[in-house]
Amino acid sequence: MKAQRSKNSFSRRRVLQAAAAAAGTLPFVHAPQIFAAEESIGNWPAGAQGPTVFVGVTTPLTGPYSADGIDHLKGYQLAIEHLNNGEGLVPEVPSLKGKKGVLGKKIVYKNADTQTQPNPAIQAQTDYITQDKAIMITGALNSAVAIAIEKLAQRYKVLNMVGCSGANETTGVDCQKFAFRSQPSAYMAAKALTPVLGKVIGRNKKAIYLVPDYAYGHSVEHSTGEFTEQELGWKSLGSQVCPLGTKDYSSYLLNIANSGADVFVNVAFGADAVASCKQAKQFGVLDKMKMVVPNISAFQGKELGPEIMGGVYGTMDFWWTLAESNRLAKIFVDTFHEKFNYRPSWPAHIAYTQMMVWADAVTRAGSFDPVKVIAELEAGHKLQMPLGEVWYRKEDHQQVRAVPVVVGKTKAQMRNDEDFFEIVGMTPGPDVMPPDFLGCKLPSSV
Amino acid sequence: MSWPLFFSQVFNGLTLGALLVLVAMGLTIIFGALGVVNFAHGALYAVGAYAGLVAYERTSSFLAAMAAGAGFLLILGVVIERGLIRLYYRRPHEDQILVTFGLGIILVEAIRAMFGGLARDIPAPSWAAGIVNLHVTLYPTYRIDVLAIVATALVLLYFILYRTRIGLIVRAGIEDQLMVNILGINVTRTFLTVFGLGAMAAGFAGVINAPIVTVTPDMGGDILVQSFVVIVIGGVGSFWGAVVGGLIAGELLSLAAMIAPAYSEVVLFAAMAVVLILRPQGLFGVEGRQ
Repeated sequence: MKAQRSKNSFSRRRVLQAAAAAAGTLPFVHAPQIFAAEESIGNWPAGAQGPTVFVGVTTPLTGPYSADGIDHLKGYQLAIEHLNNGEGLVPEVPSLKGKKGVLGKKIVYKNADTQTQPNPAIQAQTDYITQDKAIMITGALNSAVAIAIEKLAQRYKVLNMVGCSGANETTGVDCQKFAFRSQPSAYMAAKALTPVLGKVIGRNKKAIYLVPDYAYGHSVEHSTGEFTEQELGWKSLGSQVCPLGTKDYSSYLLNIANSGADVFVNVAFGADAVASCKQAKQFGVLDKMKMVVPNISAFQGKELGPEIMGGVYGTMDFWWTLAESNRLAKIFVDTFHEKFNYRPSWPAHIAYTQMMVWADAVTRAGSFDPVKVIAELEAGHKLQMPLGEVWYRKEDHQQVRAVPVVVGKTKAQMRNDEDFFEIVGMTPGPDVMPPDFLGCKLPSSV
Repeated sequence: MSWPLFFSQVFNGLTLGALLVLVAMGLTIIFGALGVVNFAHGALYAVGAYAGLVAYERTSSFLAAMAAGAGFLLILGVVIERGLIRLYYRRPHEDQILVTFGLGIILVEAIRAMFGGLARDIPAPSWAAGIVNLHVTLYPTYRIDVLAIVATALVLLYFILYRTRIGLIVRAGIEDQLMVNILGINVTRTFLTVFGLGAMAAGFAGVINAPIVTVTPDMGGDILVQSFVVIVIGGVGSFWGAVVGGLIAGELLSLAAMIAPAYSEVVLFAAMAVVLILRPQGLFGVEGRQ
């Protein structure tokens, strides 16, 4: 019995060896054919063979960032409608002018609620990639989700135009060959904001931070601390790290109120930013110290009102009053306002312009092949968008774009019920790019 | 660490704890009397806050908001008990958890559909606006008044549970439901009252919390988890357990935040684990009760 089994296994091994040897010779036998046809990668060409192409969108519709997430989704809806019908900014993009759809194909999409958490986002995008043959995936409102989607895109070799994400890691240590981000990183925002803080608050101040406990929070704290210390001589009195989604900030705010700081840097975002700012006012923190919000949430002005946000400095990816000085911004803001009856916030801007930039790159590449689209995006082609000229850096896939620095208006300064911020400066993109790519090491080829 | 900060945090722990007691009380009454683990409690709390918001926006009166939050939830609680919960008294706990969890999702999404996702605000009433100088720290007047409001609500609830006939039946039901049935007491009506009271407590807590936190559809998620911790520490079904458990939780959250802010919630769960190991029935719980 034993001998027989040994004989069987021997012969099985021989069969496997023979099969492997045969398989090994296959590429050589068929080599000319394989190299003649284009190599398939990810969902290409399978996802681009019909009359439509599928884009997988994930935005939070529930959870602490849901208000921003709904705005984000509306940006995608408008962009896809404009691309399919040749409207909005489409006639303004040279490669897309006079065209409907992308390379003649209509864009279809599905959206899933991420609940502001990575797991549901990954589940939905995996379905979009494997079942709907998504040719591109996009949408996020939180760096933890954005980074998880980037890694998923890399694994499946599907292009990812990152949604909203402010952490340095997104185009830093966690950067991916298949992912491109347009929002300014924490580094860029802090670098743009610091000179303004120097002017309005002054040098040699003591600062204390309220930090949500995940990649974004720590990134913003680190970068803001670094720039204000180096350039303004500010001193950090430490940080109050709190879980994402905290509702009651009283114990953190007592620590802040008793810290003796001059400046309160509030890094909390979305509903957390609203709750913490409101409670900071209740605890008298805002009367004692100057509040700075390095990255202001989409609806922070509307939700808190000018009583709390008036005089608060920060940065935003986009603010609608850019429409007064930029013709493309005006087209975006006006068409959005017409469709949704309010002026777009910055998550909508990210969604809209990311779709336009992607469509432009695909059109110039002449193919949905991600290898060619990545090469096109990496080529640094400059495109006019609502922020002015934008392009991607080859080394870290971070968009080079202007960073608006804003200040909250007081009630008396507001011209209408959505006029919450004044843009005090548009810091040019090249001035704020991290010279060392923040730890990003992308391979030269896919 | 400075002493003024220490005393401020001890005081803050008290008000934080008072708010937790208020939310946990409804949860513990319902579980104690009906044996139902109500995962919709956080959603009922949010519905209460929105009912208060609607009343406040119509009348600009905080008292009207409190009445609306409590009153609407009493009615909603009765409807939910008659329409849904009563069908689950004899079903296993897993079914009860699933159905109340699902109900919670429906309620939260209904709020979102009606009011949108943006944070809304019920401002503190004019008699409680502003800041008090406690000498060790500045403290919001409203949070101090909350202590009095919660104490009043608890005294009222204590009176209902311990000084009225219906309270006697509820407490008897908590101790031995079968015996109460055998004695020929109308348990159906009692159950209805208990669920209505529990829901009302949640709605009232929602309105009381609204000026402190912001009013959002998912405002009840976090507080539901903390309330469960409170009643596990205090002992499920126990009035004094909820009070003491809530105050312990409030102090733990506050004092841990002073020493290591990033770990304050961890400390709360660690405390629950310690209680579960040393005294599984909770500090005021009765051993072996089903």
